[in-house]
Amino acid sequence: MQYMLALYEDENAFMNLNENEMGELMGAYNAYTTSLQEAGAFVAGEPLEPSATGAIIRNHADKMQVQDGPFVEAKEHLGGFYLIDVLDLDAAIDWAAQCPCAKTGTVEVRPVWNIGD
Amino acid sequence: MMRAEDSYTLAAETARTSYSRLVAILAARTRDVALAEDALAGAFQAALENWPKSGVPRSPEAWLLTTARRTLIDGARHEAVREKVMPDLTMLTEEAHRLRDASEELFPDERLKLLFVCAHPAIDPSMHTALMLQSVLGLEATHIARAFVVAPATMGQRLVRAKRKIKAAQIPFTIPEKDQLLQRITAVLDAIYAAFSTGWDEAFTETRKSAGLADEAIWLARLVVQLLPENAEAKGLLALMLYAQSRQEARRNQAAYIPLAEQDTSLWDRTLIADAETILRAASTLSAPGRFQLEAAIQSAHISGLVQGSVNWPAIIQLYERLIQTAPSIGAHVAQASAVAMAGRADDAARLLERISEQADTYQPYWAAIAYVERSRSNFEAARAAYNRAIELSTDPAVKDWLGVKQAELA
Repeated sequence: MQYMLALYEDENAFMNLNENEMGELMGAYNAYTTSLQEAGAFVAGEPLEPSATGAIIRNHADKMQVQDGPFVEAKEHLGGFYLIDVLDLDAAIDWAAQCPCAKTGTVEVRPVWNIGD
Repeated sequence: MMRAEDSYTLAAETARTSYSRLVAILAARTRDVALAEDALAGAFQAALENWPKSGVPRSPEAWLLTTARRTLIDGARHEAVREKVMPDLTMLTEEAHRLRDASEELFPDERLKLLFVCAHPAIDPSMHTALMLQSVLGLEATHIARAFVVAPATMGQRLVRAKRKIKAAQIPFTIPEKDQLLQRITAVLDAIYAAFSTGWDEAFTETRKSAGLADEAIWLARLVVQLLPENAEAKGLLALMLYAQSRQEARRNQAAYIPLAEQDTSLWDRTLIADAETILRAASTLSAPGRFQLEAAIQSAHISGLVQGSVNWPAIIQLYERLIQTAPSIGAHVAQASAVAMAGRADDAARLLERISEQADTYQPYWAAIAYVERSRSNFEAARAAYNRAIELSTDPAVKDWLGVKQAELA
């Protein structure tokens, strides 16, 4: 069963990290990714550029609209994701709780919709 | 050959005694509560049609399980999940055979797992109780909706949504790991207590919206105690509810409300009280105190005090102090202040109530306590105003009447 872990973080706090803090955080994410891989749970995972770098696209009724990001004004923004493959929701929640993001931000666990089911 | 009514009665009896067990067994295998319920409903339907003709099977439960399993396999044929679920469903046949030969419980764990699923933290806490009532006890959505004062269609939809979530998110049918267990049990116990409180509050209202809910909650708590004998709080909750239930007959005289201190103690159910005492004592030997055990101990102190004719208020105030430290709530603060007032320390009680005046402004027991305290201090104007507020906030007409009588007694 696949789940997406969506990582929401306060971008300002992230930008204001000093070199040491940034290094520590990167180390924590690397270790986390490695443990996901070693457990055979890792499918994919990437960090994202800040929300201000994004674009918002709508093509409702064939009227194409493009706006600058972020999508919603909020304190925390989507800053990265993991796609993991584990037994059930409790296992996914366990992994989410160990994610470095859960210490300072918010991790949302979403089951991947398996259309074949 | 059995007459139709007899087999109908037997099917109904089997439904009552085995429903939760069979749903739990089926749901744990399919990881789909809604599907399990549907399959079991179909099996009961088939029982009503077949048993009058072919006679009642030797083990009605095994028959129902086998029939439900067939429905599940047919359903699974059209789904990709079939591969995942089939081995489990095949195992069900063996289990049904074992069930036929066993007189006692074979799958106690499955019901416990179902309780943990219903009170899973990923499910909206306001739905925990409703889910349990439906999935573990088999209550109809309309009955649950009445108890929770929502439209039946709304409740039905919320239940469907919650069950869809259990399936879509793959909430596991497992006993949580040790580090999670306590927190998860708390959610289960809270949901059971919510069912009890709803039944208790509504027991005497005109419509008796949730008559029987208190009994169902006690049944669930007994189940948890039986399945988790090492958990002290489960025992605490069961004892608490039994103490409350023992006073059921004394809470009203005809329709009139009787407060605890004025109840006819000869109407209290001594068997339930003795049962509660035993369970609470067993809980305390586990040396894991908690909110429910403290609340049960407070009930116990009240009851034994009133039976003996002298209540140990200092002990009760002390227990409330511990309760406030363990699980702070407006209710505990108000109850402690009331106990202080009953102990003859009205000024102290007034100070305690003053501290929570902001949070308690719409809490009926708070105003009833203020009324009592101000009356004891001969502040009759303040007492009168507090009675008005308490009457306004009461939902039970009998309580409104009683408060009105007390108010009229003021000089």
